[in-house]
Amino acid sequence: MLNKFKNSLNTTVQTFVNILPIVFGMLLLTSLVIKLFPAQLSTGLFGQNSFLDALLGASFGGVAAGHPLVSYVLGGELLTSGVSLFAVTALIVSWVTVGIVQLPAEALMLGKRFAIYRNLMCYLFAIAIAFLTVYTLQLIA
Amino acid sequence: MKEKPQKRTKKGIGGWLFLAIVLLIYGVTALFDSGLTLKAMTSFIQLLDKVLPVLLIVFVLIFIVNLLLEPARVKKYLGSQSGIMGWLTAIVGGILSTGPIYPWYALLKDLREKGMKTSLAAVFLYSRAVKLPLLPLLVHYFGVIYTLVLVFYLIAFSVISGLVMERIQSVHSEAD
Repeated sequence: MLNKFKNSLNTTVQTFVNILPIVFGMLLLTSLVIKLFPAQLSTGLFGQNSFLDALLGASFGGVAAGHPLVSYVLGGELLTSGVSLFAVTALIVSWVTVGIVQLPAEALMLGKRFAIYRNLMCYLFAIAIAFLTVYTLQLIA
Repeated sequence: MKEKPQKRTKKGIGGWLFLAIVLLIYGVTALFDSGLTLKAMTSFIQLLDKVLPVLLIVFVLIFIVNLLLEPARVKKYLGSQSGIMGWLTAIVGGILSTGPIYPWYALLKDLREKGMKTSLAAVFLYSRAVKLPLLPLLVHYFGVIYTLVLVFYLIAFSVISGLVMERIQSVHSEAD
């Protein structure tokens, strides 16, 4: 039991040692980007059209790699800086469901057809969930 | 599902390299506009102040999940004859599974070779999107209502993903 406790603690510490520089890096980068392009972020790339916002968010999340924790931090800060909830939700969802980086491994282990169809489906689902979530929140409000 | 490979996670060089590159960008920015860099640093400290307490909670939750759950335990409940229980187990197993995705791919491969349905593999992988230990952070940034709605849709779509994958597989099996 003590060994299991130690192992779990070691694994958790190791996970955090790996995550922390990424979280710090993302926070630093987000702070800089927000100070550099505060208006452009909300009115330029994002904010023209809800569907385009969700499409961009899902695309970025799909190709991005890293711990999901980073996507929450990034998504939260993007939302604060004016990026739409459609884009942020699609980003968060596709970050954890679409895995372009892991696609070769998934194809090798679970089959090429399975991996391609699943990732394509997850990309579309991320956009659908973004719309459903935002509209549900509007309905609740 | 975006965790890095286990070998890279153990070495963890990528994250530190990323931080070093960001610090380098700050250094270069400071050369051109020190005022802007100072504002960005102030913003970073304010962000950190908000995020650190939540990170502490996340650390404790990840530790608890690591302590209580092993891939072998999930394997036990995901057989091919599991019916509705199999779907529920796939959802719960996916939600509770932590760490890099690669060991879980290996587990799913092993289970599929033993007769696990394709749909359950898809459900398991999709429901991994719900990260229980990270929910406090999601609540911190987006609120309780948003978190509940998102988690509901993630679980609902994990089932839909299973049904779609099952349909795709049956169409291809007929074609083959």
